[in-house]
Amino acid sequence: MSTTVSEIIAARNVTAGYPDSTVWRGASFNINRGEFVSIIGPNGAGKTTLFRLLLGLQRPLGGSIEIFNAPPRRGNPLIGYVPQRHGIDSETNIESLELVRLALSGKHWGFSLSGRDRKVALGALRAVGSEELAHRSLNALSGGELQRIFLAEALVSSPELLLLDEPLSNLDLKREKDLVQLVNSVVRSRNVTALLIAHDINPLLPFLDKVIFIANGKVATGKPDEVLTSESLTALYGVPVEVLRDSRGNVAIIGIDEHHGDE
Amino acid sequence: MVMNRMTFSINLIADLQEIFRYQFMQHAVEAGTVVAIVAGIVGYFVVLRRSSFAAHALSHVGFAGAAGAVLFAVSPVYGLLLFTGVGGSAMAVLSPRAANRDVHIGTVLAFMLGLGVLFISLYAGNSTQTYSILFGEILGISSSDVLLTLAAGAVILAAVAIVYRPLLFSSLDEDVAEARGMPTFLLGIVFMLLVAIATSIAVQVVGVLLIFSLMVTPAAIAQQLAKRPQTAMIVSVAIALVATWLGLFVAYYEPYPVSFFITTIVFSFYLLIRFVYRKIKPLKMYKPTFEDTQSQRWTKE
Repeated sequence: MSTTVSEIIAARNVTAGYPDSTVWRGASFNINRGEFVSIIGPNGAGKTTLFRLLLGLQRPLGGSIEIFNAPPRRGNPLIGYVPQRHGIDSETNIESLELVRLALSGKHWGFSLSGRDRKVALGALRAVGSEELAHRSLNALSGGELQRIFLAEALVSSPELLLLDEPLSNLDLKREKDLVQLVNSVVRSRNVTALLIAHDINPLLPFLDKVIFIANGKVATGKPDEVLTSESLTALYGVPVEVLRDSRGNVAIIGIDEHHGDE
Repeated sequence: MVMNRMTFSINLIADLQEIFRYQFMQHAVEAGTVVAIVAGIVGYFVVLRRSSFAAHALSHVGFAGAAGAVLFAVSPVYGLLLFTGVGGSAMAVLSPRAANRDVHIGTVLAFMLGLGVLFISLYAGNSTQTYSILFGEILGISSSDVLLTLAAGAVILAAVAIVYRPLLFSSLDEDVAEARGMPTFLLGIVFMLLVAIATSIAVQVVGVLLIFSLMVTPAAIAQQLAKRPQTAMIVSVAIALVATWLGLFVAYYEPYPVSFFITTIVFSFYLLIRFVYRKIKPLKMYKPTFEDTQSQRWTKE
């Protein structure tokens, strides 16, 4: 489709939320092909809302948003999505390969008689380094293994844009690092674009092309070095915001209230 | 039961020939077989979607329908189909998401049972009808009921064959299915209608109150045993079939209700898997990873 177009997402003055309550407003940004972008911000700031807009599950209240040069629509095959919560828990005794296969062929009616989806699914599992988990049951996997399976589930239909909602939560530091590196290598090797919602930007910082910072009803976008400064955030929010950096380059943002709520 | 004077012989074929001489036993085996197959398959989706309470409640909604049908001198199965069909669609439309609907379902369930009690009290006839709606009466199935069961079973199997992959995927990972543009809402309604029809015909075998033993438990056991959906459905059907056939066979010789035997056999499977199989499984299935062997070495040192 739009393989020659480098602009994947274009948001112009977008307002998001529900008719009686705005979540954030005035968001304008571009995301280009092959960029690794992190969306950060406090709980309830509207990070998942942005994904819902891109997936066509919700319409913007104002402004315009284009994805692959068209308004968002539900079921766009160019998008691979990993939601924050899956219905999979300790009772789901189904092998990983079956989930990944269904992600490819689940749209089709009837039974599958050919083994084509199986081959493609195994390829997706190989791409995330999890071929050996193919016949393991989902309920027997660790949090990190499960996230890799979900990534394979999203990749199996060869999408050009990945939307990953909090894949790093509940992972220990080592698994967190492994997964970030895996996503980065997928982005670089396949030239796909990835938007990743995270709580903590620090494990991602070395790899990111852009950051989307959502807090207090406003959205700031740009290169991490440009957005995550005391000056730019203070200017955006109109209240004193401090961005602290330690000797290793880790950042801490101080002055934005955590306002809790449903995302 | 009348047939309890029959004695069991060692010759199994002669026993079966003896059993099948009676038309009511033929009907029972025919209807029981269809119900077991359908319940085993639909039950797999019930368990996968965590909708066992909804399925249970649906049968209670059906109770009001069955009692109402009796009141109007119609076969209970039509009342069951009507009430579970409407009730199931309503459940799917009003609360498409699985979470937080237990209280609503329970409230409607209680009201429907109350309605059923009213219909029964209005119907001044004997209480055998009530008893068979509540606990099943597989030995009283007429040939027209068998035909209806067969037709309903065929409809369910055809529908499952058509929606198989979308239903499986949306049951397993609803959020991704929705984002991929799959008709999750419609599939939810189709699913509840399948449960409604399956419940309506299964009531003949185990009754409204014991529906869990055919619609949920075999599938739940199968899901412990098999990690591929097709395999799990085959196991689920096998358990439901064994329980139904064996229950009928034993009940032919013993003067106790068939539903008692069916539920007991299913429960035995459950105990076996829950407590025996789980103890054996980890030894067989567990393959230590590199990290495990590392940490083991560390603890030893």
